[in-house]
Amino acid sequence: MIRGEMFLRHFVSCNAKRLGLREEVTRIERNIGSLKSLFSTTSSQYEDSASEERPEFPGSRAGWTDKLEFVKPDLYDGIPVYRVIDRKGNVLRPDQDPNLGEEVVVKMYKSMTLLNTMDRIMYESQRQGRISFYMTNYGEEGTHVGSAAALNPDDLVYGQYREAGILMWRGFPLDRFMNQCYGNDEDLGKARQMPVHYGTSALNFVTISSPLGTQMPQAVGSAYAFKRDQTRRCVICYFGEGAASEGDAHAAFNFSATLECPLIFFCRNNGYAISTPTSEQYRGDGIAGRGPAYGISSIRVDGNDTLAVYNATKAAREMAVNENRPVLIEAMTYRIGHHSTSDDSSAYRSVDEVRFWDSTDHPISRLRLYMTHRGWWDEAKEANWKGKSKTKVLESFAKAEKRKKPDWRYMFTDVYEKLTPGLEAQLAEMESHLTKYGDHYPLKHFAKREGPIE
Amino acid sequence: MNFYQAVNNAMDIALASDPTCVLFGEDVAFGGVFRCSLGLQDKHGKDRVFNTPLCEQGIVGLGIGLAVAGSTAIAEIQFADYIYPAFDQLVNEASKFRYRSGNEFNCGKLTVRAPCSAVGHGALYHSQSPEAYFAHTPGLRVVIPRGAITAKGLLLSCIRSNDPCIFFEPKVLYRSAVEQVPTKDYEIPLGKAEILVEGDNVTLIGWGTQVHVLREVAQLAQDRLNVSCEVIDLMSIQPWDYETVINSVKKTGRVVIAHEAPLTCGFGAELAATVQKECFLHLEAPIQRVTGFDTPFPHVQEPFYLPDKWRCLEGVRTVVEF
Repeated sequence: MIRGEMFLRHFVSCNAKRLGLREEVTRIERNIGSLKSLFSTTSSQYEDSASEERPEFPGSRAGWTDKLEFVKPDLYDGIPVYRVIDRKGNVLRPDQDPNLGEEVVVKMYKSMTLLNTMDRIMYESQRQGRISFYMTNYGEEGTHVGSAAALNPDDLVYGQYREAGILMWRGFPLDRFMNQCYGNDEDLGKARQMPVHYGTSALNFVTISSPLGTQMPQAVGSAYAFKRDQTRRCVICYFGEGAASEGDAHAAFNFSATLECPLIFFCRNNGYAISTPTSEQYRGDGIAGRGPAYGISSIRVDGNDTLAVYNATKAAREMAVNENRPVLIEAMTYRIGHHSTSDDSSAYRSVDEVRFWDSTDHPISRLRLYMTHRGWWDEAKEANWKGKSKTKVLESFAKAEKRKKPDWRYMFTDVYEKLTPGLEAQLAEMESHLTKYGDHYPLKHFAKREGPIE
Repeated sequence: MNFYQAVNNAMDIALASDPTCVLFGEDVAFGGVFRCSLGLQDKHGKDRVFNTPLCEQGIVGLGIGLAVAGSTAIAEIQFADYIYPAFDQLVNEASKFRYRSGNEFNCGKLTVRAPCSAVGHGALYHSQSPEAYFAHTPGLRVVIPRGAITAKGLLLSCIRSNDPCIFFEPKVLYRSAVEQVPTKDYEIPLGKAEILVEGDNVTLIGWGTQVHVLREVAQLAQDRLNVSCEVIDLMSIQPWDYETVINSVKKTGRVVIAHEAPLTCGFGAELAATVQKECFLHLEAPIQRVTGFDTPFPHVQEPFYLPDKWRCLEGVRTVVEF
């Protein structure tokens, strides 16, 4: 009887707590108590230990153990990598094929390849001194487009800096990419930032900033605002496996869980943070392994499998929006390009390693094979599209390059909502300086706006 | 109302008048360690007034994200001494959000509040006045009230401002500064200083708790030195009111600036540099700064550390006898 009672208590309180039935626990425990007093022949020792059945600490819901045992980091084999198609584009399990149809998949493919084409041309343009800096997205196009396609257009995106494919998918015009990279007078950002620091409120893509990981707690705040607004918008926050080491990442995970925010954390684990390989970035089970520790449902996916990324993001979005909670996706991929135009990765990794990923496991080729199997794509279409995209990119490029920079006086605006007296004085001082020394400044490259600036 | 009640009242009005407004930080739910948020969760709801985990970078990051998404965010940092984990979010993110995005985005609806300054026994980590670090960052507004009336009006202005604001609340004033605070909704303009006492001989400039010290100094100067002092409460540290200060100095020709924060690169240095540039030919004596020493804020040595009325009075004597 006593063992049965102890088992019943333990079972009820374990499961009731899991199912959130605190009142049930109390009621059942009280009933057990009264049953016990009817039938009990026990000594008072058992009554005293009744309150010691489970720990009552406010900080933990775990049970007791009398074994001195540490939970080792290699407790399990690591969260497995979800995939839908193999490297040859064959669907492994038909019921996992999202069956998006030709139009959507071709759009996915075109977004990824247009991005790739733009990357090649812009990288070259930096080498030629035409733009100051560039970052390519080689190898990670699947993570961008697979996830972007699973979101609603009004879901807010916070990125790190290697997510241009999301903008491609959402229809950010080539001209706008170029204008930002060239810092001309059509740049939405008013030419204040280095290239690839894109941002557009029309497409719900928050402007990129260089400090790593800072976007993460901000994404949580925006998600909380959306929850209160009840618009059923969600926020997606992209970050690399390196940025995940920043304190802001820890802050974001913890806050998103405690504040119950409709948010997708999307980690692009591409193997390197500049030259630092993952073996020097973390020792645990990557980033996905951290999620459950914060109370966040987590999944690891093959980031080079665009359809797997799509499925995972779609499912994550449902959970986030329907249940108001954060979800973590770790997309495993490989950074085929250098970190940026300031990097030469042959200094820290073998060309063979890069070639391997480029030739055997590339998101673009895998999706092309998937499409080819279905008769949606062929060599002729490929050649035609390649030519067209190159032409489009070069046209945009030429246009952007010709444009002047914005009026230099815009250096002073948007520091505050309105120009302050102090800034007005500094602007006037510089204007006066230029009347005397203007020849020594690159004024001819800058547009001139008539009238005062504001 | 006392100072903390005025802060509470301002936030109550903000929450009542703006349905997007939320207030959060460590321990705000039960009322806050200084009672500034007393009753606000009960009144406005758990989704609007809530505790966060213990993480200042998270608190400010959260606030930025809320503001970007259109919510008015009041982020409380428990002590100004602990604001530094959020330094990156404030300096690299909040202050630059509008500028770097070309005004595509902004976090103007963020206000960060933190208790600051000496309290008698706070020592290194419960007494700091960090305004200078943030005044040096373009894009932030830094505001410090001297009492209950100014606290309410300035806080409402900060909350409603379209620029991210840091609002420092001198904690020693929370209970002691009692004033007849209007119960209605009112704002005090940002970027404007206030002349509390008019005078002809010496301009005294301070903010927060120090303003009360300077008022006493003005009285002592009158009684003991027959010197008439003009006392200015700067209120907004950044952007600050050049016009009021410069006009005053052009009138008096003598300046004493006082602040609790350490001397080197304290905000007094900025004031002194600007004043000497704009008022050089009007100055009758070098500008005096009476400040905390270049040490961490000590514990039992606090009476020796602070720019008290005797050190300030000496500053007045120095400029007058130059």
